[in-house]
Amino acid sequence: MSATTTDATLAWDDVLAAFDPVLGLEVHVELGTNTKMFCGCATEFGAEPNTQVCPVCLGLPGALPVVNEVAVESAIRIGLALNCEIAQWCRFARKNYFYPDMPKNFQTSQYDEPIAFEGFLDVELDDGSTFRVEIERAHMEEDTGKSLHVGGSTGRIHGATHSLVDYNRAGIPLIEIVTKPLRGAGERAPEVARAYVATLRDLLKALDVSDVKMEQGSMRCDVNLSLMPKGTTTLGTRTETKNVNSLRSVERAVRYEMCRHGAILKDGGSILQETRHWHEDTGITTSGRVKSDADDYRYFPEPDLVPVAPTRETVESLRATLPEPPAQRRKRLQSDWGFSDLEMRDVLNAGLVDLIGETVEAGATPAGARKWWSGDIARRANAEGSTDVASYAAERSITPAHVVELEGLVTSGRLNDSMARQVWEGVLDGEGSPTAVADARGLELVQDDGALEAAVDEVIAANPDVAQKVRDGKVQAAGALIGQVMKAMKGQADAGKAREIILAKLTS
Amino acid sequence: MAELTRDDVAHLAGLARIDLSDAELDRMVGELGVILESVAVVQQSPIEGVEPMSHPMPIVNVTRPDVVRPSLGADAALSGAPESDQQRFSVPRILDED
Amino acid sequence: MTTDLTRASAAELADLLTSGGTSSVEVTQAMLDRTEAVDGDVHAYLHVDREGALSSARDIDERRSRGEQLHRLAGVPIAVKDVMATKGLPTTCGSKILEGWVPPYDATVVSRLKQAGMPILGKTNMDEFAMGSSTEHSAYGPTRNPWDLDRIPGGSGGGSSAVVASFQAPLAIGTDTGGSIRQPAAVTGTVGTKPTYGGVSRYGLVALASSLDQAGPCTRTVLDAALLHEVMGGHDPMDSTSIDAPVPPVVEAARRADVTGMRIGIVRELTGEGFQAGVQARFDESVQHLVDAGAEVVEVSCPSFTAALAAYYLILPSEASSNLAKFDAMRYGLRVLPEGVDDPSAEQVMAATRDAGFGDEVKRRIILGTYALSSGYYDAYYGSAQKVRRLIADDFAKAFESADVLVSPTAPTTAFRFGDKIDDPMAMYLNDIATIPANLAGVPGMSLPSGLADEDGLPAGFQILAPATADDRLYAVGAALEQRLHAAWGGPLLAQAPDLSTSTTKGA
Repeated sequence: MSATTTDATLAWDDVLAAFDPVLGLEVHVELGTNTKMFCGCATEFGAEPNTQVCPVCLGLPGALPVVNEVAVESAIRIGLALNCEIAQWCRFARKNYFYPDMPKNFQTSQYDEPIAFEGFLDVELDDGSTFRVEIERAHMEEDTGKSLHVGGSTGRIHGATHSLVDYNRAGIPLIEIVTKPLRGAGERAPEVARAYVATLRDLLKALDVSDVKMEQGSMRCDVNLSLMPKGTTTLGTRTETKNVNSLRSVERAVRYEMCRHGAILKDGGSILQETRHWHEDTGITTSGRVKSDADDYRYFPEPDLVPVAPTRETVESLRATLPEPPAQRRKRLQSDWGFSDLEMRDVLNAGLVDLIGETVEAGATPAGARKWWSGDIARRANAEGSTDVASYAAERSITPAHVVELEGLVTSGRLNDSMARQVWEGVLDGEGSPTAVADARGLELVQDDGALEAAVDEVIAANPDVAQKVRDGKVQAAGALIGQVMKAMKGQADAGKAREIILAKLTS
Repeated sequence: MAELTRDDVAHLAGLARIDLSDAELDRMVGELGVILESVAVVQQSPIEGVEPMSHPMPIVNVTRPDVVRPSLGADAALSGAPESDQQRFSVPRILDED
Repeated sequence: MTTDLTRASAAELADLLTSGGTSSVEVTQAMLDRTEAVDGDVHAYLHVDREGALSSARDIDERRSRGEQLHRLAGVPIAVKDVMATKGLPTTCGSKILEGWVPPYDATVVSRLKQAGMPILGKTNMDEFAMGSSTEHSAYGPTRNPWDLDRIPGGSGGGSSAVVASFQAPLAIGTDTGGSIRQPAAVTGTVGTKPTYGGVSRYGLVALASSLDQAGPCTRTVLDAALLHEVMGGHDPMDSTSIDAPVPPVVEAARRADVTGMRIGIVRELTGEGFQAGVQARFDESVQHLVDAGAEVVEVSCPSFTAALAAYYLILPSEASSNLAKFDAMRYGLRVLPEGVDDPSAEQVMAATRDAGFGDEVKRRIILGTYALSSGYYDAYYGSAQKVRRLIADDFAKAFESADVLVSPTAPTTAFRFGDKIDDPMAMYLNDIATIPANLAGVPGMSLPSGLADEDGLPAGFQILAPATADDRLYAVGAALEQRLHAAWGGPLLAQAPDLSTSTTKGA
């Protein structure tokens, strides 16, 4: 029976009962260098079309590439962070194929001599267990230009009458990170895929080599998948699903392809070796290009570039620049800060670990830092439609020092919590530092015990029934009296102190 | 060495994106056959265990600092374009996604 | 003083310009007049830039009159092979596919000529993309040999050799991938040097075979070649393969012309059988002149040179097939729509353009290179050729242990008639048998006239090869030989060439 490419799917449980998935992930990361891989053109995202181009990245006749030294260093640091070996000597190679967005009609890449190889990344799964993802290689290459397809109904390639090409992206440094075929993930294959990409993203962020924005395409993932009938060890035919560009999609795409392969194999069919396109909206993949002998890339060593031969001293000095691995750092911080698992997860999901770290460093308590960043500031950011608290704060010049200052105002007794919230509002509205806002708004706890005692006496007198309950031992009834006192004091009293005075008057 | 057939040449022309006419194909099969026979001499040389040489000079580690240089500017970049539109290179419709 | 400016050497012109004996405008005008008179027959130029050359000349004359310190060659005009990108001047590489292309940038070599204040007269004819030994493969018609207009001027740089041989320019830039400077020099009675690979920047040289290409001087005297070599050469950060060292002391070596005690190695594999009798006779005489000048002769053997032609005709087409992929009708140059196809795709337009825009020889080599790199044949062809290349480099290394320079006839024959070899690619390729090994190993080589062959009265060439970065030795040997030959001939060989025009301009 010939190879098939249907869209039928098999139920998840049936797939797992009959097959073991084999997963492979290829991640392309755009480096955050100032300039392109082989020329000095800028790499700003979103620049006007064809304004960041030169003879080299336009592939003009006669132009020659020269390697960006920071790109090589970044590649080596990525390799080291992935526990890879770093090549003693390696070359670039030309991958020859024609495509209008590729100016030279070959991609300068690496072939059988990658800069980094044979590594691994330990990935933590939701249940706390660890899955080791073996890394086959990480190599350097260049990005292509971007095409705008015109004349079709949907801006898609099919049905377009012509395309408009912008080469600003052509030549931006890419690192391609390729895993070995991952076996044994079983039903957790979709989760492993997502967790791997997430862990890799955090690692690259910690390395400060890329902004790893999947939505902007600075990190792109291709998912290779095949199924092996249970009890066998021969790899099945794989499909390569391209451009799966969110963590959630990575998980969904693996699951979908497992079910699709399962349906074909269960019927006795065989898988067509092809690329598949992932559709975020419908959650399915569709048939792309069939792999054929036309994919003869005729790789050969790039004669215009000389070999890269990093000395061991260079490699070790780059190793010394590696940050603490994110997973290890998280564990250490959670223990240092005394956060519960839930608190830590919330902080992680909100992307607040670094801010809290800086705030604690600046002198705040971990609990205080967490409370304000993930409380008032995050709420306000969300209310204004921002999902990224850190950039929201940065745009408004809110710094860890502000949090430290505010916490100081509370612990010194000048402000209570509700006043502190008012202060945040002012700070976020751009009214100045916490102290300045408190001063301007006249926020200060009344420190005069006489006024507070007078207010307490008035409230007790006005609420004899409640006062009696307290006298009878129902201490929690004091809450109502405290509320009244705070109201009488227009909020500018220390509620704790009011409680102290009330209880002293009624229970002693 | 396998004989180069007309189909082989047609396949190679496809890889090289050259739309050879039938007459060109016919002629090239013969010419390439002669050339290939003579260049096959390399296989008879004492190359066993010899390290292939891709670069004539033993230079390594040539890089440039990550410093921005001026770009051409869109006008100069597009100056040779057969067609352009919206400050982009206009190319005929593309058949396949990459 | 009555001097024919067109017949003066560049060194003589430089002296005249410095002393005020002439102006750059006068010299440039004389060259342009000569071109007007003879280039209708010779067809050395594809493009003459009258206005640009005169304007540069005026500029230099003004600067000189202001007492500005100028480069020694300032004001001496030069012709540039059409394979070098020249900003604002058409650059076609002798191909239809680049017809009308005007580069937006200058090759490094061209920038250096401009910095030195050398007016650029125009762009010289060549075999398409430098593939050929006769200029018969130029899409714009062949260049004719000034010694006999029915014969080839050599190739690929026939335009550059003919332009100096016909006194249209004192200097020209050539490029040499397998002999394209040296073989045309040999058959036109001129001097040409292929510097050490990496000695002259390739940035802006439209690549034929990146690991073989090298630009160099085409002149009428050895000293002129040295002067031009010095202007062109030196490190360029835009070319990764550029040697980061000063230009070897070529001018000093040419002036000293001292071969006392030098060991001259005759390469057994590059003499005797297969070489025209008259060519061999002039070679033997030249060797005797060097012995008379104090050199010692040794015989060396380079057994792998017998496979050099085969290795070359695999490595060159392989690299060329990739280098020429960029000519695809998308970004610059010719765009041809396929006949009888409605709404053609980019792929079809690429294929139609490449068929229409490339000549037969270019297509032949692209297909050959595509084959040599293709999956399943790489090891047998490209891989084996690279191993032979290593053997050839090893042979050179061994030979240079017993000889300071190696010598041979430059080309096996004198200039052949148009059409003699055009239909027999292998016969054409054999012209380069003696020049190719230097390109494969990256070592420098020079050709200078050794006299006229008895049987046809046409010029023969004497080739000198030196170890990498020892380019100065070529000039020491070349200048010593030139002195003795000029003495024997009673003047330069070109004085015996037919006068192409009766209207040759005489300078005052």
